[in-house]
Amino acid sequence: MRDARGEVKRPIGLRLWLSGGWLALLVLAALCAPLIAPHDPLMQDLFLGRMPPFWMDGAEPGFWLGTDSLGRDVLSRILYGARLALIVALVAGSLTCLVGATLGLIAGYYRGWPDRIISRFVDIWMAFPPVLFAILLIAVLGPGLMSIIIAIVVIDWTRFARVIRAEAMTQGAMDYVASAQVAGRTRFGTMLTEILPNVLPTIVALLTLEMGIAVIVEAILSFVNLSISTDSPTWGGMIAEGRTSVHQAWWVLVFPLITLFLTVLSFSQLGEGLKDRFDPVLR
Amino acid sequence: MSGYLSIRNLTVRLKGGATILRDVSLNVGAGQVHGLVGESGAGKSMIGKAVLGTLPRALEVVSGQIVLDGTDLQTLPPKERRRRIGASAALIPQDPLTALNPSKRIGPQITRRLVDILGWPKVAAEARALELLEEVHIPDPVRVMRSYPHELSGGMRQRILIASAFAAEPKLIIADEPTTALDVTVQKQILRLISEMQARHDTALLFVTHDLGVVSKVCDTLSVLYAGKVVEEANMHRFFMRPIHPYSAALLAATPTYTNPTGSLTPVPQAVIDGVEREVAEHDMRAAP
Repeated sequence: MRDARGEVKRPIGLRLWLSGGWLALLVLAALCAPLIAPHDPLMQDLFLGRMPPFWMDGAEPGFWLGTDSLGRDVLSRILYGARLALIVALVAGSLTCLVGATLGLIAGYYRGWPDRIISRFVDIWMAFPPVLFAILLIAVLGPGLMSIIIAIVVIDWTRFARVIRAEAMTQGAMDYVASAQVAGRTRFGTMLTEILPNVLPTIVALLTLEMGIAVIVEAILSFVNLSISTDSPTWGGMIAEGRTSVHQAWWVLVFPLITLFLTVLSFSQLGEGLKDRFDPVLR
Repeated sequence: MSGYLSIRNLTVRLKGGATILRDVSLNVGAGQVHGLVGESGAGKSMIGKAVLGTLPRALEVVSGQIVLDGTDLQTLPPKERRRRIGASAALIPQDPLTALNPSKRIGPQITRRLVDILGWPKVAAEARALELLEEVHIPDPVRVMRSYPHELSGGMRQRILIASAFAAEPKLIIADEPTTALDVTVQKQILRLISEMQARHDTALLFVTHDLGVVSKVCDTLSVLYAGKVVEEANMHRFFMRPIHPYSAALLAATPTYTNPTGSLTPVPQAVIDGVEREVAEHDMRAAP
């Protein structure tokens, strides 16, 4: 009588390994940056400006990925930049998730006037061009880590709210929700015990995606010089600086770009992989 | 005559729109099985939902009483009403595939009502759940308790839902087309199981269906619903021998038989449609200020 679906063992896919591996490496790099970075990321030495990476002619020993136009070590700056990128990803990503998913859950499950208010807000919010909105916000709040996190939350909560609202609506129409109510659960209790566990896989997938997006938004803001102050290295800041000297020293631009790319890709792949693994219906 | 569940002149309306149920009255005696038949869209399921307090938000009860065990539910404050319904009524839903929470194991889903409403200790509730699963003929109940819904077949899940409905010994069970989503061979087993459980636990059962064949097997009395109105209430024997309302007669005549398996489709008698339209008009006249 019991069918075979429950018996299938699902291996941890290559996708989960690769993305998880890269992110683990990054966390390690961020934690141990002072120990493993070969140089002070802020130390300038104009005599060592625009040194190429190690495999090219004229490379300076010890500067593995070359130096930028002020003679700062690219590798060390990427390692230190990982700290900021990860802080932004974790804090801004989670806060966005918390705000957006809560509102989405309430709108999708309670419907009625809470839904009408939240949905109108989402519509209005989405009509603003996001990057301009962020720039405006930072201009008002002043640059700094907190402002960036606030800006990301303020811009991106709508993504969660919309998706989770739709999910909560589908789940809310299921018979097991009606059963829970007949069994005497309060509406709020039903939301927490019946709806939330079933939208959780979607929340997890969105959360990791959002972490990737937070990294990108931070990079964009650094690129337009609105991120953290210039004395803490960020990937976006490095890309912005590298752009001006791309013809003489491409490595200053390319290495942080690759790191950024791999990180964002890993976040989204991790989310998809986790969703596949934990979704009870796909399982 | 009043039964365990007694619905009196219930009118349910789409907020600011059409009337879904019109002056519906019906009785389900304690320990009796009452069939509720009618074509799709007649409002059968809505009666069940009105009783259980799970009407879609767009609908409202305009007038009438739903009397459960002598108490008019409409007069109770919402919290008390929910508690009362939870303690004395349960639902066997139509679609076993969406009626169990996919992210929870079977065990807690059966024991929930016992623990939440009746305040049983968890161990006792689990022992009771195992007993119930055996009662509905589920092999290896210990393993099933630990399974997730997607690991079980549709028939198994419907058995679990039946077990779960009887868990808290409710005095009334509403079965909303409990066999519609199942294939024919399983349907018969499930029907027999519901009858068996109803008899053993001496529960009143409101059996919602569109299948007169099913009704004839399990019910004591029945109501025929057409366009939101009860057109006939009868006991089984009288109904099948001599239906009174022209719609009931047409419904009965439309049942395929051995001698006439395909039959020709019988339209609803024009008199019935005229009658309903006249009543709708009268009702709207009365409702208008």
